[in-house]
Amino acid sequence: MNWNSSKTGSHPAAGRRQVLLGAAATGALAVGGLRSRPARAAGTLKVGTYGGYFKDSFDEHIYPAFTEETGIQVESIAEPTGDAWLVQLQTAAQSGQAPADVSMIAQVARLRGQNAGLWAKLDEAKLPNAKNLHEHFVHRYPDGAISGVGAVSWYVTLCTNTEEFPEPPTSWKALWDEENAGLLGLMALASNSFLLEITAKTWFGGTDMLGDEAGVQQALDKLKELVPNVQLWWRDEGQFQQALESGEIPMGEYYHDVTGLAASQGKPVRSTFPEEGGVLDSGSWCVINTSKAMDEAHVFIDYMSRPDIQAKLARKVGTSPTVKRELTDLTPEEFAAVGSDIPPIIPRYDLYLEKDAWISQKWSELIAG
Amino acid sequence: MTDRRPRGLPARLPVLWPAAMLLLFFVVPFGIMLAVSFFHQVEGGFYEPGFELANYARFLDPFFGRALLFSLWISVLAAVIVIAVAFPFTYCLTRLRRSAQVPFLVFVLAVLSLSEVIIGFAWSTLLSRTAGLSNLVAWASLIPRAQAWTPSFGALLMGLCYLGFPYTVLILYPPLSRLDPEIPEASRTLGASPLRTFFLVIVPVLRGPLLGALIMVFVFNLGAYLLPQVLGRPQHWTLSVHITDQAVFQSNLPFAAAMAIFLMLFSLAFIGLTMVLGGRQEAAR
Repeated sequence: MNWNSSKTGSHPAAGRRQVLLGAAATGALAVGGLRSRPARAAGTLKVGTYGGYFKDSFDEHIYPAFTEETGIQVESIAEPTGDAWLVQLQTAAQSGQAPADVSMIAQVARLRGQNAGLWAKLDEAKLPNAKNLHEHFVHRYPDGAISGVGAVSWYVTLCTNTEEFPEPPTSWKALWDEENAGLLGLMALASNSFLLEITAKTWFGGTDMLGDEAGVQQALDKLKELVPNVQLWWRDEGQFQQALESGEIPMGEYYHDVTGLAASQGKPVRSTFPEEGGVLDSGSWCVINTSKAMDEAHVFIDYMSRPDIQAKLARKVGTSPTVKRELTDLTPEEFAAVGSDIPPIIPRYDLYLEKDAWISQKWSELIAG
Repeated sequence: MTDRRPRGLPARLPVLWPAAMLLLFFVVPFGIMLAVSFFHQVEGGFYEPGFELANYARFLDPFFGRALLFSLWISVLAAVIVIAVAFPFTYCLTRLRRSAQVPFLVFVLAVLSLSEVIIGFAWSTLLSRTAGLSNLVAWASLIPRAQAWTPSFGALLMGLCYLGFPYTVLILYPPLSRLDPEIPEASRTLGASPLRTFFLVIVPVLRGPLLGALIMVFVFNLGAYLLPQVLGRPQHWTLSVHITDQAVFQSNLPFAAAMAIFLMLFSLAFIGLTMVLGGRQEAAR
């Protein structure tokens, strides 16, 4: 299942502020443009991103400009989906290897790596731009050392085929609607579909209920009602996207960025932020502790934390910025294209770490009917 | 006369090379997997060396038992169907002139060059509601309107059979083409009908290759993890899919390894049983 690109799991940007002033743009310029440039390092840095759309976008829009500015060559690595890359990194680290120096890592995998001490501790003094980020995007070890920095965030939303659904749905409750029997495509795993969180927010007022097993069980019971509606439980993005575009499976949860891209290419699809909010997930930059390119890794992560680069990502890749919005020069229209002012549903990553085996088992039983 | 054949180490050298390769690329990885299956999985982290039976104990859960039974069932079913189709096909093929056989063999080999991914996605399109064969059936007014035939048990079975067919033909082709034409001729001379000849003479003569092909397709199906995801519903996900989920998505290598060992033991037992039954029939003859 790793035959295609995919992204799984991560951290959240709460409390977006709808402030857009000329001053913000100026501030972004000051932070991004006038800062002293890092000394030109001549090394090479291996950077891993999800193979497919993400890697292609970074190869085209990000790495060439980075190399031009810093002199650091980037060797772009395609990561497989899910935790597979984490397993490979862990195995490589045990033998002193580093398949990639910097990797974009989903949140559950990031925490797992952090628990095992897989990530190099980053030097805060070498990451002056990290202060541009929302605090929850600067990940720390219990001792306060930085273990990773938010790279990009993206939304999982309710996506529909515009020909089969002339009117966009307004709520995640549409997934439970009996009229949609056999029409849904949902992600196959608890830890990347975030359907427990969606259920908790939609029917039980919030994700706090997922704090204990009884609450999770309650959400699972509610989810049982929508299982007959599901035609496809997908692991592979390509499989669902094709079905969504053709109308074979005209409704489901999917990525806001890729759906927007498909719609802009004339495909009959749309992404809707339900009234309960989209799921805000993210990937973070982490450096493997066997990396020999620590200096270059710091330069790269700092570069990626600049508001102008985050704005460029939003425009070119369609991801939502991890830096504070007022620091970027994104117009309200540009921001609306990559996010929403509806408060997002924040995944409970802790759940998939602490109750890993229990949840995956319950989940498998649920979807198998 | 002195025996000039080399003795001792020199005599065994040619065998040492494959033996070393087998050790390096099969026995060692298998040993590692076996060891990992007893390791301790740290919740929220990775595994650490240890010895515990917890990973095997999870099998006591009926869920994985059902997945195992389903895997065995669909693998056997697909293998039997493939043999039932491929054996007569190959027999007829070998009775053709050489020049007429070539295009068929080229076609079968061409199918082999397709990856499981392409086969899976091609079938999912062919069986879809929007672009699939059901549109033709609906056009012919046999069903009221086009329907989605995938994901379903039938779609998965179809995919597995398609995947196994060319391998089966290639395994059966050499023995069938070497089959002495005098054997069926003798049967015909003695008055047996073509069908009777086929079932009572040709099939028993080629029981060995047939059994071999059956076992190969069965094992092949058991390892399929991609087709069940693309063409099946969650209740059709084989144990191989669950192994992949645990290894790739849950970082739980010990449990994945334990399931893999379990699956292997079951398939070995199954193969052993098939061979014993086959041998017993041979002896009874």
